[in-house]
Amino acid sequence: MEIKKSEIRLMKGNEALAEAAIRAGLDAYFGYPITPQSEILEYFTEQIPKRHGLVLQAESEVASINMVYGAAGAGARVMTSSSSPGISLMQEGISYIAAAELPCLIVNVVRGGPGLGTIQPSQGDYFQATKGGGHGDYRLIVLAPASVQEMCDFVFDAFKLAEKYRNPVMILSDGALGQMMEKVEFPEEGSLPHQVPDWATTGKKGRERNFITSLHIEPEKMELINLHLQEKYKEIEKNEVRYETFAIDDAEIVLVAFGLPARICQKAMELAREKGIKTGLVRPITLFPFPKKILSDLSKKIDHFLVIELNAGQMVEDVMLAANGRCPVHFKGRMGGMIIQPEDVLEEIEKIVEQPIMQE
Amino acid sequence: MPQEFFLDEMQCVYQKPATLTDDYMHYCPGCGHAVAHKILMEVVEELGIQEDIVGVAPVGCSVFAYNYMDIDMQEAAHGRASAVATGIKRVLPEKYVFSYQGDGDLAAIGTAETIHTINRGENILMVFINNGIYGMTGGQMAPTSLFGQITSTSPYGRDVEHNGYPLKITELIAQLPGAYYVTRQAVHTPNTVRKFKKAVKNAFEFQKLKKGTCFIEVVSNCPSGWKMTPKETLSYIEEKMLPEYPLGDLKVPTQNNN
Repeated sequence: MEIKKSEIRLMKGNEALAEAAIRAGLDAYFGYPITPQSEILEYFTEQIPKRHGLVLQAESEVASINMVYGAAGAGARVMTSSSSPGISLMQEGISYIAAAELPCLIVNVVRGGPGLGTIQPSQGDYFQATKGGGHGDYRLIVLAPASVQEMCDFVFDAFKLAEKYRNPVMILSDGALGQMMEKVEFPEEGSLPHQVPDWATTGKKGRERNFITSLHIEPEKMELINLHLQEKYKEIEKNEVRYETFAIDDAEIVLVAFGLPARICQKAMELAREKGIKTGLVRPITLFPFPKKILSDLSKKIDHFLVIELNAGQMVEDVMLAANGRCPVHFKGRMGGMIIQPEDVLEEIEKIVEQPIMQE
Repeated sequence: MPQEFFLDEMQCVYQKPATLTDDYMHYCPGCGHAVAHKILMEVVEELGIQEDIVGVAPVGCSVFAYNYMDIDMQEAAHGRASAVATGIKRVLPEKYVFSYQGDGDLAAIGTAETIHTINRGENILMVFINNGIYGMTGGQMAPTSLFGQITSTSPYGRDVEHNGYPLKITELIAQLPGAYYVTRQAVHTPNTVRKFKKAVKNAFEFQKLKKGTCFIEVVSNCPSGWKMTPKETLSYIEEKMLPEYPLGDLKVPTQNNN
């Protein structure tokens, strides 16, 4: 669907995301303050009373995610947002939502951890977002924006995907993307229509009763539910993989980075190319489904992958699985809210290409 | 009701409400849940609101409530029924919404949600079944277990020094300005059942006014968890439970808060 663009503004990532959600026809937002994403709740509490929808500050992230469950089950277009410790608190609820197949948007503006950690940006929640997070076999669809514009655009994508697959979608942002200001062009309001689905609990008028549950005591039935969910995740992996590539055609070393580090890597790539090192970049946009195929294909013709993350090395494991031993996979990261610089990446690239390649 | 249960319609003097499904309830013989379910659904039928109501089942023995109540329902995570009910009511403000929770769910793991739901004055009904024990998991001590009560996790009796006091959450929440109607009822005698039914009717009538949360505690039993016959549980309710949890209204709408 073509979404008409209508308005350009200079905004913080968090505010752009909230504005986009209102324009995407959000029915209800439930959330709890936590740095560095409180602007989302603040923006909604300021704007929604003047426009449309509902915003409610809950007593905790635990309550927020369960309010999301209730409202999504009642057929509303609904979302919550938080940052790392708050997202940890939501994990039980997210597992229930995934099991009950309720569409919703969960935004994680990631900060450094573990524990209370820091309020500075991090990508330390990659495992939590892409490998389940809560209990049981389930998957979120995970979108990783790299600009304020994408903080806006991915809200529309997230609701579309959530409703198409009846699955929770996570936007995995970070504290820098949430706080920094950039130019953003907003789609027109009302460009994403929403109908109350026929499975929603709205009162059993003129139909059989609906119920929303994740409980299936008989193992035979529960296995069927599990198989159904896995089928759905396979379908998502088949249809919804998104990534960007830069200069991979002649590349001998390919950087892999998601979110903000992908932009840092673009600069590093330029610096490396100036020095005559044939460097490319793959930026996964969907972290689940993960762009395995492009990485797998590249691993057959390049000399090295270098994965850059703001964590101790999480996505690098998925790159290794995709490369499957066909080429070396290197990693460089910063943690604790520190942001890697293009020069650091360049230094790492130079170190790798100076090493002699092991020939068999 | 399947036909084989009575020979012809002339012989039928009483039957379950049409708002209950034909599923056989999994509750133990003598358990108060079955009566509470039936009364709730009788009121839904009598008020004609079956198509305009959404219920929330908890985790606990009544986790399967949605199998028996022939209405739209959601099954919540443990303790979160009132948060789920909040989410439903906020997007469907014209529908009747209720949560149905046990003591472990509402007064232990879900205490924060309970207090804040009521403090916001959510226009829902919360039905709180208090049998002083965790029934579903096999009879462990609950926040509402009585002094000295023997359970599988208080085998020498509930010890105040070690385990604290029976939590009178209904008295606690009656203090909140968001609570509109708070009452403690029971379902172990014909008289208490009649009064409970009246309370449920009141609560749904009040919900239309959008004045705040209605809260009905039901002092109930657990023959399996208490290791008693159903008949023995009736006198235990009278002799042990009711002195600790006396029946009656704790907060009724008056001219002042009406």
